Formats: sequence, C-alpha cells, structure tokens
Amino acid sequence: MGVTVLLPQVLQAHAGGAARIDILLGAPLDQAAPPLDGAAPAVTVRSVLDELARRHPGLDRRVRDEQGRLRRYVNVFVDSDECRALDGLDTAVPDGAEVRILPSVAGG
Amino acid sequence: MLDHIGGAVQARAKGVPARLPGPTAPVREPVAPVVTQSTRIHRHSGAIMTYLLVIGTRKGLFTATSDDRRRWELRGPHRLDTEDYANMAGVYAVGIDPRSRRILVGAESSHFGPSVWFSDDLGGTWHEPPHAPIAFPDDVEDSLTRVWQFAFGDEPGTVYAGVEPHALFRSTDGGQSFELVRPLWDHPHRTEWFPGAGGGAIHTVLPGRVTAAGTDPAAMTVAMSTGGVYQTRDNGATWAPASQGISAVFLPEEFPEYGQCVHKVAVGADGVFYAQNHHGVYRSPDPAAGWTSIAEGLPSDFGFNFLAHPHRPGVGYVFPVISQECHLPPGDHLQVHRTDDAGESWQPDDKGLPQEPYYGIVLRDGTCTDAAADPGFYFGTRSGDVFATTDSTEEWSLVAAHLPDVLCVRAVEV
Repeated sequence: MGVTVLLPQVLQAHAGGAARIDILLGAPLDQAAPPLDGAAPAVTVRSVLDELARRHPGLDRRVRDEQGRLRRYVNVFVDSDECRALDGLDTAVPDGAEVRILPSVAGG
Repeated sequence: MLDHIGGAVQARAKGVPARLPGPTAPVREPVAPVVTQSTRIHRHSGAIMTYLLVIGTRKGLFTATSDDRRRWELRGPHRLDTEDYANMAGVYAVGIDPRSRRILVGAESSHFGPSVWFSDDLGGTWHEPPHAPIAFPDDVEDSLTRVWQFAFGDEPGTVYAGVEPHALFRSTDGGQSFELVRPLWDHPHRTEWFPGAGGGAIHTVLPGRVTAAGTDPAAMTVAMSTGGVYQTRDNGATWAPASQGISAVFLPEEFPEYGQCVHKVAVGADGVFYAQNHHGVYRSPDPAAGWTSIAEGLPSDFGFNFLAHPHRPGVGYVFPVISQECHLPPGDHLQVHRTDDAGESWQPDDKGLPQEPYYGIVLRDGTCTDAAADPGFYFGTRSGDVFATTDSTEEWSLVAAHLPDVLCVRAVEV
C-alpha cells in the first residue's frame, strides 16, 4: 500500500528539499499474507514515521524524540484528523492516505 | 556504558590561532589581515577582535566582539540551521572549548526539540551532527529536554553535558556525540530528585575537582536542581552527595543529606567552592565535609548565580533575587554584590548599572568571565541587557540592550 507524507517547509531540508514523499509499505492489501492471528497487517502512523526515519533520520529527530514519542508541538494528520484525536502513533493509515506533518500553534 | 570521566582544564583559551568569525548574513569577502598579534584576530570587516562574548537567549544566539571590552559589535540571531527554525530556539547552554575554541551551543526548539550545534570558526558558520548528539539510550524511558551546561575535561575532545532531565553525558569527539554517564543516572537517589521551576537538570559540571586541595582527573563535582551537589572520585563509577549544611526550605528537613535546590556552584581561584542556593549562599573548601553560610550582608540570600574571580582567591559576585516567591531584584534595582574576602562581607558593585527601576534578574548561567589576565566579567538579564566590566575599569558598561531573555553567556579572549 502507498501513502503520501506531506512536510512543512521548515522540515523539507531534512528530506532533500522534498515537500511530499510517496512511500510504499508492505504488500498490497489484497496480496498480503494474513498473519497467523488472522488480523490484517497494520500500517500505522508509527510505521509510516519509521519508514520516514529510515530514509531521513534527521527529519525524524524533529518529529519524534529518541524514545519514539511524538514531539509535543508537532502534529501529524492522517488525511484530516490529527492522530492524537484517534489512536496516536497507533492510528491506522489507510491505503492512499495523506500523512501531513505540521508544527502546531505554539510559542511566543 | 560509560563510567569514567576526566579532569579539569582552565577555562581560558590560550595560544591557539583563531579563525575569523564570519557574519551571520550577509556574507562578505574577508579582507587580508593587516596586523598580526598572537592574541588578536581580524574579522571580515578588518577590525581587530580581542574578546568574543557568546550570548544565549530565549530566542536565539547572539555574539558580541570587542577589542577593548567597552565598545561591542553585536551580531545575531545567528543562523544555526538552514531551515531557520533553530535560529529562534532557546539557547540554554554555550561552551567554548579552551583548546580548540570550538563553540558548542545547546538549543531547544519548542516545536522540534533539542540539539547541539557547533562552530569551529568562532561563530562564522554552524553545524549540527547528522545524528542526535545527545540522546538517552533505548532502555531509558526518558528523552532529552535540553542541555543546561557544557564543561571540558583534561583530555582533548572531552566534553561533558549536564542536561534535563537530571543526567550527565560525556563526549570524546569534541561534542559531536555523547554517551550517558550511567552510574549517576542509576544513582538510587535519582527518584528523589525532582524538577524546580526551571526543570530538573544537572546545571553545574566541574570536572577535576572535589576539594580546594587540588585537582584530580578522576574527580568531578556536579550540582542539580533539585538534588543538590554530588561528587565522584573514581572516574564517575560512584557518586556521593556533598550538600551537608545547605538548606532546603521546601522540604520537611531543613538540612537534608541531599535533595537541595542548588542553583549554581562555582570554584574560586584557590579551589574553594561557592554555592548560590534556592535561599542561601555558601562556601566550602571540601563540600563532602559540609558548607558554611556566607549570606550575611546580602540584601537577599536568594539568587541563581555565583561568579568567581578567575585569579583572585575569595573574590566573587552574586546577583540577588528577592525570594523564591518573588523573582525580581531587591528594591526593583538591578544589583550586583561582590565579596573580596570569601563571603565574610559583601559590597554593592553597581557602578554603571541602571539606576532606574529594573525588573530583570540574572539566571544561573547568565554570568561568566573571560579569564583574561585583566579579567572581564559579564552578565545578562531576563530583560535582555548584557553588561561587562573588568578588574581595571571597575565599572559596568552596556554590551547589548533589548535582546530576548538572556539565558547564558560565555566569553573568551582570542
């Protein structure tokens, strides 16, 4: 399955200047081998960010701390929903979704 | 696992040829040096720079340069990163390596977290390591909030970082990568160290010394808020509290073994330790044996800083604050008090400072000395003003005004 990650301008230098990154995760859902417990293989915000970290570790440092927690004032939207309002980093990301990283309204 | 540390070096950089600090923007071509002296360098503008003052603020990094410590040229905010978000980050720690003159900057972006940047050309250009320079290991739940302090060991390239949450890290590559000093992190007292208003951090790191009697590469003193003073004499393998006699007005026991909110510890020219506490100013030639109050004669025993004279034993400055409830200068007046007798007596030292009402206080790393032969002393306030004086001028003068809150200053003669 594929998702598109959208980056704010302030983080694009950590991704070679890219504003959007298309990534493929796992096998297409209709071809995926079902796991032993019968559940579908999950693509989550965490697994999307893990793939992003593999490609651009410097970018991941801005989005998550060294223990993998989302930084307080960084928001990650799955399509139109901020992931904290759903299941946080465990939020499922559907095929074709846009994962948008944005700095929150904060600071003074 | 890291369980060893190194010894101390003098704070003053000596005899190292220095490069020219470039401008933050725009870049101009350097001009050829016209005069060469061992302690002077030439900036792009052709002017002679003898002193560099690095100023960390709540919103970015500034530098000031001067050849007489009266007239200063200010630059900033420096461009730490090409994305420009770190340029507005809070700069809580600055260190200048006395050997290499590398400048280390610990900055924290409220959005994108903390990191360490460095400059090898006195602030002309800045670099950030590709990996996280300071990060807690995977088996630790905590993550780095910010760096509070850099200190340099005896071995070239050895740098210590005191950080929040309460931890000490060590680097052997000049500050590009650090490793947690595990025995202090695993100290059984750690669960009883808690954050003060500024956060729970190791904010004082003094390599190489645990008593006034001498230096020892295997020794180190650190201080934290809260937690108090801790010392190691075995390369960091074991750590013992050294806070007896320091009060803890916020605990049921006034003089506990540990847990105090020590705001800053400094070492005098004779090796004697001084502490500005969360209420209380103290002196000790041997912190493990206890501390003696030297607050009598001050307008307040509360404050965040102690600045020791680099050459003259018993000479130091404090910057009083009203109380733990009221973080303002006593009498709404910017105050510096100086002792020449190891705290037996104190004298106001405010010649040249604003006489009108003033409300900005001096934070725990908001003072420094350049440790020159005629030493310069510097402090910045939360009102964004930076002042300087020297032993020979004995009058404070303004370096910069109206900056963001000054969090830390470090100076060097170059």
